[in-house]
Amino acid sequence: MSLKDQFIQAFVENGRYKLLLSGFGATLLITLFSAVIGVILGFVCGLIRATYDKNKEALKRRGGFSYYLLAVLNFIAKIYITVIRGTPTVIQLMISYFLIFAMAQNGVPIAIFAFGLNSGAYVSEIIRGGVMSIDEGQFEAGRSLGFSYVQTLRYVIIPQVTKSVFPALMNEFITLFKETSISGYVGIRDLTKGGDIIRSTTYQAFMPLFLIAGIYLVSVLLLEYVGGKLERRMRRDER
Amino acid sequence: MNDKVLVQVRDLKKYYKNGEIKALDGVSIDIHQGEVLVIIGPSGSGKSTLLRSLNLLEFPTSGSIDVDGVDITDPKININKHRQKMGMVFQHFNLFPNMTILENMTLAPMKLLHKSKEEAEKQARELLERVNLADRADSYPRQLSGGQQQRIAIVRALCMDPEILLFDEPTSALDPEMVGEVLDVMKELAKGGMTMAVVTHEMGFAREVADHVVFMADGKIVEEGSPDQIFDHPESERLKSFLAKII
Repeated sequence: MSLKDQFIQAFVENGRYKLLLSGFGATLLITLFSAVIGVILGFVCGLIRATYDKNKEALKRRGGFSYYLLAVLNFIAKIYITVIRGTPTVIQLMISYFLIFAMAQNGVPIAIFAFGLNSGAYVSEIIRGGVMSIDEGQFEAGRSLGFSYVQTLRYVIIPQVTKSVFPALMNEFITLFKETSISGYVGIRDLTKGGDIIRSTTYQAFMPLFLIAGIYLVSVLLLEYVGGKLERRMRRDER
Repeated sequence: MNDKVLVQVRDLKKYYKNGEIKALDGVSIDIHQGEVLVIIGPSGSGKSTLLRSLNLLEFPTSGSIDVDGVDITDPKININKHRQKMGMVFQHFNLFPNMTILENMTLAPMKLLHKSKEEAEKQARELLERVNLADRADSYPRQLSGGQQQRIAIVRALCMDPEILLFDEPTSALDPEMVGEVLDVMKELAKGGMTMAVVTHEMGFAREVADHVVFMADGKIVEEGSPDQIFDHPESERLKSFLAKII
């Protein structure tokens, strides 16, 4: 069969391209929302971890409620990160689908939950590293002006951290985007699953597999392009 | 200078490693309103620790620091409110690198004193004018020389209308030819009646501007007095040998 015939069989016959279109939609949906969850969760956990690491001596000395609250939150964050990073994502996805949300009908929200939780652990460590790398003088300058610790984080530290960890965050988003290709394990028809269905119904592996690989690649290139633009804009103070 | 005591430090101690290291070992000092206090001493003498204790960037092990009659070492007071009134200038400037000069200067007045943007910017531009940096309002810190950055750091602190300014070795990180421009700004402030506590190695500045000089060694105040007394009639051997080494 010629390449052209293969192409027609794989994508045009019986409207099979629709499988890829709706699959791509699901992939984007899962990636987008889990990235949002991951960033929020990651910032919260990362800031808690960094605050604890940087201030535990001072807080311990003064004791009181805030120290114990922070110690407990830090402990919870640490367990969360350890468990998520120490187990395969596909297992986390299956636990979410078959155990935690066993009653649910629609897989996409479950995948968003699982991937969001997963991404949050990695983002958390990125943020923690970013905060730890900011010069102590920046904290002191903020505090000496009269900002509270939280205000110093918000107005002084986080804008700088966001800039310095941006490349690492982009990397995490790209990884997340491609990782959603395991959604088929729990019956979600994402882009990869769509291609796989075409492969199994047409008995042709070449066309569908290379095409979905191409779609992932082009999407990542687009993401990198947008990310690069944003990064340059953030670095305008360095010129 | 008048008789009102703005800051009163009593028996301040800062110990590390359970008392093995005594950065401050019982320091008492009064800072009067409008006074320029200069703290000198060899490295490791505790002079920076003392200065940084005044706005609690270092939390003392024991002792009291009364500012306007309130002991700021009391955990129940709101230290952030007090820090608004105590400006600080650091050795390494610590400007916010991601913000323009104007943003550096208006951030705290807008967020903490709830000034409008126009109001804060107007004040910032006036202060920039005073240190001859009006044309750099929209620059970023790294586009400025060290001396310029330190002058910005000083006016950034001034934007909060502080009652006292703390200087932690403000010229130590500067190239020699830039020291003068920063000291000039500090002299202007002193002339204007600003209360200042300055840790420095610039003995010429201390002699010219200080109302009161404190010489520290090993976490203690060894000798204190007017610049005349300290520089021309030192009494302790420790101070004499220190002066012999640096002048």
